[in-house]
Amino acid sequence: MSLSVTNLLSIKDLTNDDINLVLDTAKYFEEISKRAIKKVPTLRGKTIVNLFLEPSTRTRISFELAAKRLSADVVNISSDSSAIKKGESLKDTAKTLTAMGIDIIVMRHSFAGSSELLAKWTDARIINAGDGAHEHPTQALLDLYTVREKLKKIENLHIGIVGDVAHSRVARSNIFAFKKMGAKISVIAPPTLVPPEFESLGVNIRYNFDEVIPEIDVIYLLRLQLERQTESFFPSIGEYARLFCLNKERLKMAKENVVIMHPGPINRDIEISGDITEMPESIITQQVASGIAVRMAVLYLLAGGGLVSGAVD
Amino acid sequence: MELLIKGGKLVDPSNKQNSVKDIYIKDGLIKSVGKDLGETLKKGINAIDAKGLIVAPGFVDLHTHLREPGREDEETIATGTRAAAKGGFTSICCMPNTNPVVDNKSVVDFIKEKARSEGIVKVFPVGAITKGLNGRELAEMADLADAGVVGFSDDGESVMDSRLMRRALEYSKMFDLPLMVHSEDKNLTRDGQINEGYWSTALGLKGMPSQAEEIMVARDISLLSLTGGRIHIAHTSASESVDIIRKAKNDGLKVTCEATPHHLTLNDEYLRNFDTSGKVNPPLRSKKDIEALIEALADGTIDVVATDHAPHTLSEKEKEFDLAPFGVIGLETAFSVLFTELVKKKLLSFSGLIEALSTKPASIIGVKSGIKEGSPADLTVIDEKRKFKVEDFISKSSNSPFKGRELEGKVIYTIVDGKVVFEE
Repeated sequence: MSLSVTNLLSIKDLTNDDINLVLDTAKYFEEISKRAIKKVPTLRGKTIVNLFLEPSTRTRISFELAAKRLSADVVNISSDSSAIKKGESLKDTAKTLTAMGIDIIVMRHSFAGSSELLAKWTDARIINAGDGAHEHPTQALLDLYTVREKLKKIENLHIGIVGDVAHSRVARSNIFAFKKMGAKISVIAPPTLVPPEFESLGVNIRYNFDEVIPEIDVIYLLRLQLERQTESFFPSIGEYARLFCLNKERLKMAKENVVIMHPGPINRDIEISGDITEMPESIITQQVASGIAVRMAVLYLLAGGGLVSGAVD
Repeated sequence: MELLIKGGKLVDPSNKQNSVKDIYIKDGLIKSVGKDLGETLKKGINAIDAKGLIVAPGFVDLHTHLREPGREDEETIATGTRAAAKGGFTSICCMPNTNPVVDNKSVVDFIKEKARSEGIVKVFPVGAITKGLNGRELAEMADLADAGVVGFSDDGESVMDSRLMRRALEYSKMFDLPLMVHSEDKNLTRDGQINEGYWSTALGLKGMPSQAEEIMVARDISLLSLTGGRIHIAHTSASESVDIIRKAKNDGLKVTCEATPHHLTLNDEYLRNFDTSGKVNPPLRSKKDIEALIEALADGTIDVVATDHAPHTLSEKEKEFDLAPFGVIGLETAFSVLFTELVKKKLLSFSGLIEALSTKPASIIGVKSGIKEGSPADLTVIDEKRKFKVEDFISKSSNSPFKGRELEGKVIYTIVDGKVVFEE
């Protein structure tokens, strides 16, 4: 079994079969991270470059660990410490890496469409680890995985995505992903952060968190970029938090089996109050754990997948 | 210098030409138009066999960027005029956003001299509305008018200050020259990359709403009704703009406008793969906007087709979408794209297309055009049946959204002042 795509650039490109293949494969790899020796020889001899041209902690470390647990050779490039700071173009970076015989490039970039562009200039497999406000496919895949593990299904769940949807690649990928898998989605934010066109992506737009919270199975909180205040998307962080912060009172109105998710990093008391991040409803740490398994699955499937001896022992 | 164009079908509604006739040209002028002229002329005359071909008045482009002075890496007057000739254009207006900006006579003189010595079609410079396109101080319009500009424009920039725009309109009345306005509310479009709509939402690219154009078109026309003067609205792209312009014309205001071949045929779905060949300002809009533009071109609300030919080098366009500059070339493909997508699909008549490409733009800048005795011999000869693939460009740049397209209808000869400047 293999993916219908050679690069993982966007959820939009994936079929439901692709998504199920990734999730099923992740299940195998999840077990490895629980062992004493967290390593399998699956991708030994493969070279993976993490090209992170925008700051990241959790995603980069997650990819690095995923690659290393599969025994691949990993090179980390960040924009600060590379020729990109000297003005080297993405095209030249791509050609240079290709000449060095890289198997997979995991790229995060500030501009939408960058991984599509990278794909034009290299035969290496490409994983989009976030391109501007466009997509963050592995985040959506790990979110699907986490929900499926916890709630045993995705179809017909009501997902509530709360926060700065307009500027969020996580929101976009999750909307595409959860919709493909049959969930219902509401986006909850002030109107300035959720343009009406989002309805044409097949989601309901709601401005009142309190009203919709009793209907939701999965509360998915997005990080608020605090700079948005200076661009007048909302008058103050205080007002935003008053309306949209998930606190104890709001949580009381939620369904009994509701789960809370957040891609991280969290702005405590803005998206979620500090006293509920550790509550059992929160599966935020499970998301992080799933992330490694899902990324191992994606690396494995893009590197060729198939039943390689020693692939999964 | 004599030239005989034999047996072509003349299409020039303004001179009631719509049949097969010969054209005899001498010393740069059309000397006679009629059937079987070859019989009465001496043998051995230079002749073009235009049998099966169409002969139209030479095309006039009111909106081109020749990039010289300043960006000769993208295009020069030499290469740009050759690209124009390939597209059937015998006259082109070049926009002032060069480096230095065309805000004084010396730059106009430079362009005219380059055009005379290195160009092969007629070049009519447009002067800036504001000094350095800074949007704050008026350029010396009288100086520019003396130098021979055919209009004023801050194209690329928008005159955001309404008070200044008012002054510009008032002042320009002295010269009876149009302000060719780039109508865009720059605050609404800040950081914008493509049309605001489904695709900007799905792709995570910042959108530029059509209201940004609508607002400034309304503002410019409103000021026009206050001050008088002439306005020509550049690259009209939104259906809302069309409605405002239609009403303004019905109210008798002196407004004309243009639409580009790319806005008339490509919608924002083109951008689904982040192809910067479609990154242009104003952006490619929705299907609904295209329908409104085509309807407006057919009913005359949109007066002319103009290319907004905007060359950019490969390296500049081969960047992350946000970093790539706005602009597409269009001189070489304008006629063929519109013939294929509008005329052949019966959305626009052939004569309507010819008028929008030649007669009407010529009248806006006061350039002589038409197939009649005494007119300058500026002619475009077309083969309606020729099919071809858009591959190589004469322009120094190749940032065209039509690259690789199969088109029908091609310019075969372009004649300027009786001289063949392009031959297929």
